[in-house]
Amino acid sequence: MDVLKKIPVKEQEPKVRATNFKEVCLGYSQEEAQAEAARCINCKNAKCIQGCPVSINIPKFIEEVKNGEFEAAAGTIAESSALPAVCGRVCPQENQCEGKCIRGIKGEPISIGKLERFVADWSRENGIVPAKPENTNGIKVAVIGSGPAGLTCAGDLAKMGYVVTIFEALHEPGGVLTYGIPEFRLPKDGVVRPEIENVRKLGVIIETNVIVGKSITIDELMDEEGFKAVFIGSGAGLPKFMGIPGENANGVFSANEYLTRSNLMKAFRDDYDTPIFLGKKVAVIGGGNVAMDAARTALRLGAEVHIVYRRSEAELPARAEEIHHAKEEGIIFDLLTNPVEILTDDKDWVTGMVVRKMELGEPDASGRRRPVEVPGSDYTIDVDTVIMSLGTSPNPLISSTTEGLETNKWKCIVADESDGKTTKEGVYAGGDAVTGAATVILAMEAGRAGARGIDQFLRGNR
Amino acid sequence: MYKIVKAECLADKIYLMDVEAPRVARACQPGEFVIVKMDEAGERIPLTICDYDREKGLVTIVFQIVGASTERMAGLKEGDYFQDFVGPLGKPSEFVEDDLEEVKKRRYLFVAGGVGSAPVYPQVKWMKAHGVEVDVIEGSKTKDLLILEEELKAAAQNLYVTTDDGSYGRKGMVTEVIKDLVVNEGKKYDVCVAIGPMIMMKFVCKLTKELGLPTIVSLNPIMVDGTGMCGACRVSVGGQIKFACVDGPEFDGHQVDFDQAMKRQLMYKTEEGRAFLKLKEGNTHHGGCGNCGGEE
Repeated sequence: MDVLKKIPVKEQEPKVRATNFKEVCLGYSQEEAQAEAARCINCKNAKCIQGCPVSINIPKFIEEVKNGEFEAAAGTIAESSALPAVCGRVCPQENQCEGKCIRGIKGEPISIGKLERFVADWSRENGIVPAKPENTNGIKVAVIGSGPAGLTCAGDLAKMGYVVTIFEALHEPGGVLTYGIPEFRLPKDGVVRPEIENVRKLGVIIETNVIVGKSITIDELMDEEGFKAVFIGSGAGLPKFMGIPGENANGVFSANEYLTRSNLMKAFRDDYDTPIFLGKKVAVIGGGNVAMDAARTALRLGAEVHIVYRRSEAELPARAEEIHHAKEEGIIFDLLTNPVEILTDDKDWVTGMVVRKMELGEPDASGRRRPVEVPGSDYTIDVDTVIMSLGTSPNPLISSTTEGLETNKWKCIVADESDGKTTKEGVYAGGDAVTGAATVILAMEAGRAGARGIDQFLRGNR
Repeated sequence: MYKIVKAECLADKIYLMDVEAPRVARACQPGEFVIVKMDEAGERIPLTICDYDREKGLVTIVFQIVGASTERMAGLKEGDYFQDFVGPLGKPSEFVEDDLEEVKKRRYLFVAGGVGSAPVYPQVKWMKAHGVEVDVIEGSKTKDLLILEEELKAAAQNLYVTTDDGSYGRKGMVTEVIKDLVVNEGKKYDVCVAIGPMIMMKFVCKLTKELGLPTIVSLNPIMVDGTGMCGACRVSVGGQIKFACVDGPEFDGHQVDFDQAMKRQLMYKTEEGRAFLKLKEGNTHHGGCGNCGGEE
C-alpha cells in the first residue's frame, strides 16, 4: 500500500448513476476505513482540527477508527458535530480539514470526510443513538428554521438542558439538506431523516408548517408563548434572477424551484403528485454547487445538460469533486459564456437562448478575474429549459416583521459572529440568514456559537 | 395533522372544508392564502382563505376540481386529515392595514367570478364588520355553479348576481354589470377589487382602466413553497418581476401582464392532465388520448 495515496472509495459507475437518483459515493467498508485511518500520523499539533469549523477532534476519532472502536469514534465526533453523516458527505473538505492535513503536503491528505461519514453511517446501521439529557432546566428557547444552523443550535441547547422548539416553514425539516441537496449526494430517507431524528431524540420538538413572521411573530413567541430566547436560522432562500428578456417564459426555473420539486416533492418519482418539467436540452446558468446539483438532476431526468458560466473553469465556485462527477456523468460545460436573452415561441415556451462570449479581465474586489464581454460574439443555442442558479439572498419576512432587528443592505441579519447576538435582546441569529449563502458546516458553526450566546444570555438573566 | 371538521360540496366540482388549524386561524387576514398538502405523496396546493373562526381555531377553504390533486382532495370527508396546512401566506388586502377612517371614505366595488367568490367573501365580511358598506358583483357560468350567494348578500350593501347563460340573476359577464352600474346608473366607485379566473380579471381591468377605476386583483399562479424561495409564482407587474406568494397575491390590476401570467399557468397543463387521466383510468389511457405521447 502506498501511504501517500488515499484508499479509494467505491462509487457508482458514471453511466449507471446518470440514470438513477441513488447515492453516487458508496462509502468505505470497515476494512477500507481502518486502512485509511492507519495513514493518519496522529499529529500532536493537529492542523486538521484548526481547519474544521466545529473543531472535531479528528486525530482522536481516526485513532479510534483505526482500532475498530467505532462507537467511541462516534462519541468523539458527537462532542462537536450534530450532523456527521451530512458533513462527511457535503463539506468542502479540500478547503477545510483535509486542506490542512500534513499528509497532503507530499501526498494525498487523509480522507477525513469519508471517515467521518463511515463512522456516522456505522452508528446509524448499528442503532447508536445520542443520549437524551437527564434533566431539563425548564427554560424554553425557540429556533426558527430547521436547516443545519437551526438543528445544530437546537441540539446544543437541548444538551445544555433547555426546552427547545424548532419552527419550520416547510412540511419537512432539514432546510437545504431536504429541499436543496439531491438524493444522489445526500439520501433523504437513509441519511437526512435519521440525522434529524437524532436531534429529536435529544428532546427537541420540531413544529413544521409554521412561518415565523406570518403564522406567528418573534414578539408573540417571546411575549405570549413563553420563549426566553430565539435563534434565527432561516437561511438565504430567496432566488436571484438575471433580469434578461424572456426570463418569465415557460421552461425557465430558479434552481430552488427545480430542486425543491425534485428533492422535497419527489417529482422525479411516478408515485408522487408534484410534476416537473422534463426538458430535452437544458441550460443551467451559474457555476456553484447548486448549479451542479440542478444540472445533475436534469441529466437524471433524461436531458442533455449544459452548464453556462461566465468565467473560466478555474473560477467555478463549485466543489472540485462535484465538477469532476458532473463531467464524468456527461454534463457539458459552456464556459466564458453569458446569457443575454431567452427566446420563446408564440405560446411563451423557451426555444433557445442568445449567449455572448466573455473573456477574463483584471481581478475584481473578490480577487476573481472579472469577465468582460466580447463585442459581436452573440450566438444562439437551442434549449427548451433554462435553470437560473445565480445565488440566493435572505428572505426579508422575519426581519420585516420583527421590530428592533437590524439588517444590512443585503437584507442579512446583523449579528455578532462569536455568539450570534443581534440588535434585539434575547434574539440570536446565524448561518445564511446572517452571512448570505455559504456552506452547511459554516451554518453549523454559527448554530453552535448561537447556542453558546443564548446560554450565556440566559445564565445572566437567572 | 389538520382535522377536517366540515366537508361540503357547494356545487358541481366545488367543495368547502373547515379545517382545524389554530395558528392559521389566529393570524390570518382577508387576502391571504394557505397551502395544503393531503398526504405524503401529495403536492402543495395554494388556496385562498374563505373564512376563519379564531376562537374555534378553524379556517375555511373552498376549492374546485381542476386536476388530479384536487380530485383526490375532494374525496376527503369530515373527520379526515390534511397532512400539512400552512399559513397564512401572502400579504393581507391593502385595506386591512390602511387607516380605517380612510377606508370608510372610499366606495368599494367587489367583483367575484366563479370560485373567486371564496376569497372575496372574507374581504366583504371584514368591510361589514368594520362598518364599511360595499357593492358586490357575483358572476357565475350558470345558476348551479353559484356559491356563497347568501353569505355575500348578508355582508354586502348591494349584491348583483349575474350568470353567463342568464339562468339566474342578470344575464351576461361581470364586465357588463360593471358598465351598467358605473355608466348607466352613474354609481361612483373609488376602488374595484376583482377576483376570479385570470381571463375575467384581465377583462375587468381592461374595462376599469377605461373607466378610470383603480382595480386590485388577486393572482393565482403556479406555486410550490409559497414562501418566496422558488419564484414559480413570478409575475410581471409594472415591468418588474414580483413573486405572487410574498409580494401579493393582490396587485394593481392595471400593471399586471395577464397574457404572460395566463401562459405561465398552462405550464404544467400536460402533466396535470396526465396525472388526472392516470388517476381516472389507470394506465389504460396511454396511446388512446392522442395527447400524452402514449408512453409504454
